Amino acid sequence: MSTFANAGAGAIIREVAAVIVENRGYLSEIDGKIGDGDHGNNMAKGFGRAAERITDADTLDAAMMTLSDVLMSEIGGSMGPLYGMFFADMADVIEGKEQIDVRTFGAMLAAGRDGVVAIGSAKVGDKTLLDTLFPAVDAFCAAGDDFPAALRAMTAAAEAGRDSTLDMVAKIGRASRLGERSRGVLDAGATSCCMILTAMAEQTAKRLA
Amino acid sequence: MQRFVNDPDAIVEETVRGFVKVHSDLVRLDPANDRVVVSRDAPVQGKVGVVTGGGSGHEPAFIGYTGRNMVDAVAVGELFSSPTAKSFLDAIKAANGGAGVCVLYGNYAGDNMNVKMAMRMAKKEGIEVLTVVANDDVCSAPAAEREKRRGVAGEILMWKIGGAKAALGASAAEVQAAAQKAIDATRSIGVGLAPCTLPANGKPNFQIEPGKMEFGIGHHGEPGVNITELKSANEVADDMLKIVLDDHDLATGDEVCVLISGLGATPVNELYVLYDRIESQLAAQGITTYRGFAGNYFTSLEMMGATLTVMKLDDELKALLDHDVATPAMGVNG
Repeated sequence: MSTFANAGAGAIIREVAAVIVENRGYLSEIDGKIGDGDHGNNMAKGFGRAAERITDADTLDAAMMTLSDVLMSEIGGSMGPLYGMFFADMADVIEGKEQIDVRTFGAMLAAGRDGVVAIGSAKVGDKTLLDTLFPAVDAFCAAGDDFPAALRAMTAAAEAGRDSTLDMVAKIGRASRLGERSRGVLDAGATSCCMILTAMAEQTAKRLA
Repeated sequence: MQRFVNDPDAIVEETVRGFVKVHSDLVRLDPANDRVVVSRDAPVQGKVGVVTGGGSGHEPAFIGYTGRNMVDAVAVGELFSSPTAKSFLDAIKAANGGAGVCVLYGNYAGDNMNVKMAMRMAKKEGIEVLTVVANDDVCSAPAAEREKRRGVAGEILMWKIGGAKAALGASAAEVQAAAQKAIDATRSIGVGLAPCTLPANGKPNFQIEPGKMEFGIGHHGEPGVNITELKSANEVADDMLKIVLDDHDLATGDEVCVLISGLGATPVNELYVLYDRIESQLAAQGITTYRGFAGNYFTSLEMMGATLTVMKLDDELKALLDHDVATPAMGVNG
């Protein structure tokens, strides 16, 4: 059964951060269509700062905690606590593990998802990051013990989840005030969540032995 | 972009730094957190602490209401973005005089989450925290879903009432009850004439065509109920008042507090023009304006437009409204 070493896997989070920083303008642009257009700015600020503080030797959980701390104590907004809880609760599951296998990874993702649900008040279908996160985590956990296949299933479900927000009407957050006018635009949180999960899957797959 | 900007990412730090320099007689920066502005008087031992917080770009809100007999400590967020849970926690700690702290804030997803987390952390440190969530913006959700409505300029009156109650020595539960009563008695509506731009984005996130106006607009440019031709000041004032009154059970003989705030780029004299009409229209319906405010009290960067806030008063609210305050943004002297 394939696994990867926790030590040094903090670099996965640095790669995730690089994708977010690269997409700063795009995320702000789609947020601007139905929100206030600061999603990319705040995300890039938080992920960028965290990346500078993650070292090559960091475990995955240490890197996730670094990112979570920056998001919760320096970024704020809605995404600070949502992604802050996501990464903190994932880190709890893998703390102390030397090797991470497919089941541990699945438990980690599920804990992160539960953390987001606990702090927020959105439901699936409200046009939020949950519309990416729920199907992606479900797909990973349903894929069985083939780690690479589970990562591929997660990526495909994350992309489909992100795209599903295009035709949704926002029910929560700033965009909800638009009602029907929020239809036809991707949700910025669902989009950044897809970037995070996709980058995590890609970087994890490279490490599997 | 015709704006005074250095690095867009540094704008909040620079704003707060300048603010505490100008108003050093009333406020100071929290030595533990440069995103927390604290009243010179705080913490007062035995007094309930009053805390608020929110995104930047609404100046003089939120920091401008820090001072004597109003808000003790304010958590400062990025432009239009909630402060961190840590900043809310540090504000709670800075305001804590041992009698509990009331966090009086507006109903936004980010603020709800960050305050919730800060409360959890404060509880671990043994500080009792109560909250009131402002939801005075009539057009942000129907009356049946009032819990979904956002907080806008009515928050200022909530802080005024809650701050006065705390200054008079009330318990945390009494301060919470007074602030809740104030916001329950308050309704607001905004009208936008031109959009605003976050400096980091460099272009407006929404458009209002010249000659049009957006009715029911939110404090961050959230779309309103409709877009119409720009009307005369009196017609706009009448339309705003009608929406507020239709949502509010005001009757002949009632007394109210009226607050008109500019959204940033509207000339202040036009706020008086609106005020003039609104007070006389209220009088025509037998409603007395006990106290009024007009000025840039709660802005949205350089958005053009105004908000109208009406609070229905009783004897307790009148007395609390009259209580002296000295803050950078609001002074009441008897």
